[in-house]
Amino acid sequence: MSANALPVQPEAPVPAGAPALEVRGLTKSFGALSVLRGIDLTLRQGEVLGLVGDNGAGKSTLVKILSGFHTQDSGEILLSGERVSFNSVESARSHGIETVYQDLALIPQLSVYQNLFLGHEITMLGPVRFLKKGEMRKLARQYLDEINVHVPSMDAEAVDLSGGQRQAIAVARAVRAANKILLLDEPLSAMGARESRLIIDLVKDLASSGRVSIIVIDHNYAHLFELCDRLNVMSGGRITINQQVHETSLEELTELMVSSYRRQIEEVQNAGA
Amino acid sequence: MQSDAPASTAAPAASPPGQQHEAESVGRRVLRAFLYQRELTPIAITIALFAYFAIRAGSNFTDTLSISSAVGFAGPVAGIAIGEVLLLVLAEIDLSAGQVFLFCPWVMYWMHQDGLPLVIAILIALAAVSLVGAINGLITVRLNVPSFVTTLAMNFILYGVVLVASNNLQASPIPLSGENSFIAQFMGVWKWSEILWVIALTIILTVLLTRTRFGVRIVATGGNLVGAAEAGVPTRRVKVWCFVICSFVAGLVGIIDSIKYGTLDPGNFGVDYILYAVGACVIGGTALTGGRGTVVGAFIGAILLGVLQDGLTVIGVSTNDFFIYVGVVIIIAMALNVQFDRIIARSRSR
Repeated sequence: MSANALPVQPEAPVPAGAPALEVRGLTKSFGALSVLRGIDLTLRQGEVLGLVGDNGAGKSTLVKILSGFHTQDSGEILLSGERVSFNSVESARSHGIETVYQDLALIPQLSVYQNLFLGHEITMLGPVRFLKKGEMRKLARQYLDEINVHVPSMDAEAVDLSGGQRQAIAVARAVRAANKILLLDEPLSAMGARESRLIIDLVKDLASSGRVSIIVIDHNYAHLFELCDRLNVMSGGRITINQQVHETSLEELTELMVSSYRRQIEEVQNAGA
Repeated sequence: MQSDAPASTAAPAASPPGQQHEAESVGRRVLRAFLYQRELTPIAITIALFAYFAIRAGSNFTDTLSISSAVGFAGPVAGIAIGEVLLLVLAEIDLSAGQVFLFCPWVMYWMHQDGLPLVIAILIALAAVSLVGAINGLITVRLNVPSFVTTLAMNFILYGVVLVASNNLQASPIPLSGENSFIAQFMGVWKWSEILWVIALTIILTVLLTRTRFGVRIVATGGNLVGAAEAGVPTRRVKVWCFVICSFVAGLVGIIDSIKYGTLDPGNFGVDYILYAVGACVIGGTALTGGRGTVVGAFIGAILLGVLQDGLTVIGVSTNDFFIYVGVVIIIAMALNVQFDRIIARSRSR
């Protein structure tokens, strides 16, 4: 239902502050490898939270648990104060959580509009679920025009698009469908400057509507400082730094990270001694 | 002849698809049509073969007997291929579909021997082969056994079941054969009924693959398994259902084929059928890499093989030579598929 509504509708902004998503004591191991070692995190309504950290810090694993792709070993997730557990992407999605993955979720052989509606197809009533192709095509064109994403044709296959166009469609799909939480795993990785601009505007628009709360993973601090209200730094499966963006600077954040690493190294050395 | 032209002139003419070309030459348009509509090549070849045999053999080839013989060969192959192509689009394969085609009428026969009405016996047989498909699918997605192996094993199991249960004796029991009732004619006795069933199934499966949410999910699962799962496509369920559909369709056409010929031979081996069926899919433009393939293409591929088989017989070429021709045709078809893909990829990378 929400899938059929256009996304960036200006609604009365929800007063910021109430926690939309809370994560408590989340852990996850893959075999002997402990990837998350107790994550505590709060995402407030309408907030954009940036997650940074080295490769292997556990950012993507955290996002995949929140989106229902993996299940945590222990710890709990609360949505608007209510405890939830996801056993599939579908169940997370039914709670209003949408995700854009870094490995590009588009299907090369499907057309632009089919990709845009993947998982949210408009179908006729009845058991067979015939596609309403005309309507999907029309809505897709309207929507992509509205957010300034330009593609050769609604019927072009995804494999015919540039990397940036593909990513824009993937982000647009999630932005279009999200109604509570949007998770963006390196949304700008394959993008040129113009396309990065487009996605940043898209996400900021959505955030300013106050309708959706957003978690973004990215490596580009300039992007993150522009996009986010708050930054969390992850390291070794934990969140080590939590800073409001307007209260900090890149210099301060870097200093904090360096001293945090130093502490960790000392801990390891002490443990070894 | 048309089918050769695009391949040789392709490289210079290829251009980024989607861009608007004001004055596009007819040649380019034909080239692009053949690149993107893979069924066109086998259609052109089938027409060319038909014309060749018609000129060589005249009415010996075009008379009803000869055409019904071509169709008689193509029917079973197409009946198996149109379900198989769904699995090939998923980047899976069902090697047991040929044996399922042979197994299904045996179940019908056994049930009917036990005193059940024929209609009930047919429904039970279709349920049984659907279960076989579900087992193929569940073993593949739950135990992570490659479907090539799962269905190879299933092929032997079904063959053995038929041999054991039939005591290796032929049966000619299908009570409908020889009868002139409408239901008998409808279910296979009339010489055109099998191919009409297959055409109807081809249309249904084409609609399923191109016009429904389930079809989008098949292409998505085969085109990008992880991406589809992340987007919320229940990829395992889609795969299991496609194994069920493939078995069901093969079994249904198997029943009709058995009624048509009126005998069941336990010694028939399904691999003979499945190899032609996979060949038909390849000839019809299906890549075995997943994400691409059409039901119509699989059907056309089977028709091409039927025309080839019948035509060679009519012009007096030994049936032994037929196998050599089939092999050559399959290799040429696959080579064309791969080359067309490369041409498309090259035009994209510009």
